[in-house]
Amino acid sequence: MTGFPILSIMIALPLAGALIALFMPGDEARRAQAARVIALAATLATFALGILLWASYEIGGPQWQFTEYAPVFGRFAWALGIDGIALMLIMLSVFLMPICVLASWKAIRTRVPEYMAAFLFMETLMIGVFTAQDLFLFYIFFEGGLIPMYLIIGIWGGAERIYASYKFFLYTLLGSVLMLIAMLWMVQQAGTTSIPALMNHDFPAGAQTWLWLAFFASFAVKMPMWPVHTWLPDAHVQAPTAGSVILAGVLLKMGGYGFIRFSLPMFPEASAQLVWVIFTLSMVAVVYTSLVALVQRDMKKLIAYSSVAHMAFVTVGLFAFNRQGIEGAMIVMLSHGLVSGALFLCVGVIYDRLHTREIDRYGGLSDNMPRYALLFMLFTMASVGLPGTSGFVGEFLALVGAYEANSWVAFVCTTGIILAAAYMLYLYWRICFGTLDKPEVAKMPDLSLREIATLGPIAAVVLWMGVYPESFLAPIRDDVGVLLTRIERADPPGDAQLVMGAGAALEAAHDEGAH
Amino acid sequence: MDWTTILAVAPELILTLGGTDLLLVCAFGKQYRIGRRVSIYAVLLLVACGLSLLGPAGNAGSVWGGLYNADAFAAFSKVLIYATAAVSILMAIRFFERAGEMQPEYPVLILFAALGMGFMVSAGDLMTLYIGLEIQSLAAYVMASFMRRDTRSAEAGLKYFVLGALASGILLYGVSLLYGFTGTTSFDGIAAAMAEDMSTGELFGLVFVLAGLAFKISAVPFHMWTPDVYEGAPTPVTAFFASAPKIAAVALSVRVVIDAMGPATEDWQQIVIFVALASIILGAVAAIGQSNIKRLLAYSSINNIGFALIGVAAATEAGVAATMSYMAIYVVMTLGAFLCVLQMRAADGKPVETIESLSGLSRTQPWLAAALAVFMFSLAGIPPLLGFWAKFLVFDAAVAAGLFSLAVAGIALSVIGAYYYLKIIKTMYFDDAAPAYAPADSRIENGLIVASALAVSPLGYLLLPLLALTSGNAAAALF
Repeated sequence: MTGFPILSIMIALPLAGALIALFMPGDEARRAQAARVIALAATLATFALGILLWASYEIGGPQWQFTEYAPVFGRFAWALGIDGIALMLIMLSVFLMPICVLASWKAIRTRVPEYMAAFLFMETLMIGVFTAQDLFLFYIFFEGGLIPMYLIIGIWGGAERIYASYKFFLYTLLGSVLMLIAMLWMVQQAGTTSIPALMNHDFPAGAQTWLWLAFFASFAVKMPMWPVHTWLPDAHVQAPTAGSVILAGVLLKMGGYGFIRFSLPMFPEASAQLVWVIFTLSMVAVVYTSLVALVQRDMKKLIAYSSVAHMAFVTVGLFAFNRQGIEGAMIVMLSHGLVSGALFLCVGVIYDRLHTREIDRYGGLSDNMPRYALLFMLFTMASVGLPGTSGFVGEFLALVGAYEANSWVAFVCTTGIILAAAYMLYLYWRICFGTLDKPEVAKMPDLSLREIATLGPIAAVVLWMGVYPESFLAPIRDDVGVLLTRIERADPPGDAQLVMGAGAALEAAHDEGAH
Repeated sequence: MDWTTILAVAPELILTLGGTDLLLVCAFGKQYRIGRRVSIYAVLLLVACGLSLLGPAGNAGSVWGGLYNADAFAAFSKVLIYATAAVSILMAIRFFERAGEMQPEYPVLILFAALGMGFMVSAGDLMTLYIGLEIQSLAAYVMASFMRRDTRSAEAGLKYFVLGALASGILLYGVSLLYGFTGTTSFDGIAAAMAEDMSTGELFGLVFVLAGLAFKISAVPFHMWTPDVYEGAPTPVTAFFASAPKIAAVALSVRVVIDAMGPATEDWQQIVIFVALASIILGAVAAIGQSNIKRLLAYSSINNIGFALIGVAAATEAGVAATMSYMAIYVVMTLGAFLCVLQMRAADGKPVETIESLSGLSRTQPWLAAALAVFMFSLAGIPPLLGFWAKFLVFDAAVAAGLFSLAVAGIALSVIGAYYYLKIIKTMYFDDAAPAYAPADSRIENGLIVASALAVSPLGYLLLPLLALTSGNAAAALF
């Protein structure tokens, strides 16, 4: 790689923006406006760098690209580098950040410089998590995210914000500290802190189980998996809109990223041995949280529970031990990041107008807010997994993968799609359809230009991912291949016993001929 | 006797002579005028002591017939001790001036305490150990009751004295047992005797010595004096108690268990493990209900000592290095936190100590709140702040030594500790604003807050190679 340290710059840029926003002189109103502009500029510049990164990422090139290495910390190094999986998640983060800033433009009125600074710190840490190639550097970025998120929920959150912020912080901290002990042991055993080296290190099978469980404690909470998901509804409901977007859009992906980066390649035997844990918890999560979502009266809570259900598709796909499953899980992560982020924004739009999240207070919005109803409809369908939207691609692939591994798991999880249709359509029906009989609802104006600017780009990407997912699959294909060769030795036998049919053989021959 | 032997104790000589001189100045000068000047001289003396460590004082090894060690371990601890002592002098000036109690004896007492602490960390013999400990303690008893007209301060001094004397007695009893059963007071001699075979008498001596030392580092179950003394003593004195004597006592304990009791590792290791876990638990749980910030920080210091002891429990070179690094990072965080507490003054200038009064500080004094938040997150051990690295090192040492259950228990318990640090941040950031404090009026204190906040910020990670090198050398000197 050339000398241009694009990853370090992407990490430093939001940080610089945050410091400038904090140290801006002037009276409160001027500082607030300046902070908004700085935050938007910094996030857009980072997004531009992200596009540059994607454009110059060499598909089919070396596994780790844009690597940087500076041993400045003694015991660990400033080692950065990305593969296709990290690239996609970085793109998701930098894409959502400017949208978050725009979404908070008017909704946040108090302590704006601090708010924007917290978000920019968050972005620094998120990019750091996905680019770190050193185990301890990863941990520092991973855990550091707790501080800004704690402040965002606690300062700018709703009525129960203090309880929610504590719960978020302590829950995720408890999950992560055990992972740290496992990391210390791994580094001592393998003699290196480099993540790529550790991904190819064979730990003794007996130790793997413990290490896997320690990592699982952290990632399962982050993900979140049933039954340690209870912090999520609280945090989501209390966080400000943009906080929910980042939480659902990116922070939850850290759990899935952790499984792909650590649990699977570093502990393949343990992953195979404990796959039943993942499958059981995921099956329970899909059915149980979907049913819970069905009875929610609070819009944000409903979407939060739907997040837990969707993330269960990710875990099922990842631990299917096959290409479809893992690629599907990646697409579900990206899709869910976009869709649930967009749904939270949709909730934010009407919350800003009526200041309630209670579903019963709304109704008939399609009459007076047609543009809103249209976009909300699109995201609802994407969440349900309608073909043509991103949700379909991911869930379909993940379920195909799961079917190959265990048909019962696939069967139970597929009911999740039906249930998702039930709770999402029910939500949409109660908010957008029906008669417009509440006077304060009838007075609500349709989307402003700023709101269209936040929701429009997400809608475009959701459709893009649904119609031509190859753009998003191509960068990760080789890396999933590397992962598969790493874990195939432990692949537990599936119960589907798939045999290639005559049609598939013909198609394969046809493909051969085409090349 | 040659010059090297003399120069090996250069810091102690400088402190003895300089301190006595300054005491004469205090006695003959006009008390209320010279406070500031004596403070500056005292700081300069401490700087001179620090510089003298570059000479034989830092590397002469065992001198004076094994009574005194001038090795890298002692030098590392002394640098920390002198630096924290200097900060304690500087942060006290405005505090005592405001209270109308500025007396030039205060910096002199700190100098004498630093003298005692220097002997403690350099001790190569139980006699040096005891004398150093007593010099330090006597100065500390007086400092605790330095606000003569304040009953709380007097009470703190008395409590500290009575309980401290009790601990000294326990320690001395242990020392006499060790002497009786091994026939020597030198660390090397005791180690040799213990290596041969471990008699019950020696074991008892070991237990009593450790009990006495546990009192000095305020580890559970000998911690009960800490909250009361910390609350009652004047804030700069509390800051001093929470930093310099802690370093000295921890370093001394490390030296005793490694140098003198090295062969009996299995015997003391279980004691240290128990004390460490008990301190972590009690420090964390008891802090939750506190409403006084100084009491809370007292429990926080108990909690932190528990973590530092995890490195000692590992009983390895890496463990000792981790413990010393922990103390280095810990004193920066603690001094920073107490410097922030010093800024807690009602509009009329009277110090306030309730946590409630911090409510909404982020609105009235955003920078002070931010600094205190940095120290609190750092004490909780949340990355990317430096406090994380301190915990990281001790757990790393424990894992390397195979103490998995200790590491897992300790780190899981650190989550309880995080709760009460978060409570402070919640009070400052999430609650509605309480009446504003008086504006900060000391440039020295502000400068020290900024410096320590920057040191525990992620920038501090750039200092890690230096810390690893020096603490590694220090630990290597013991093995």
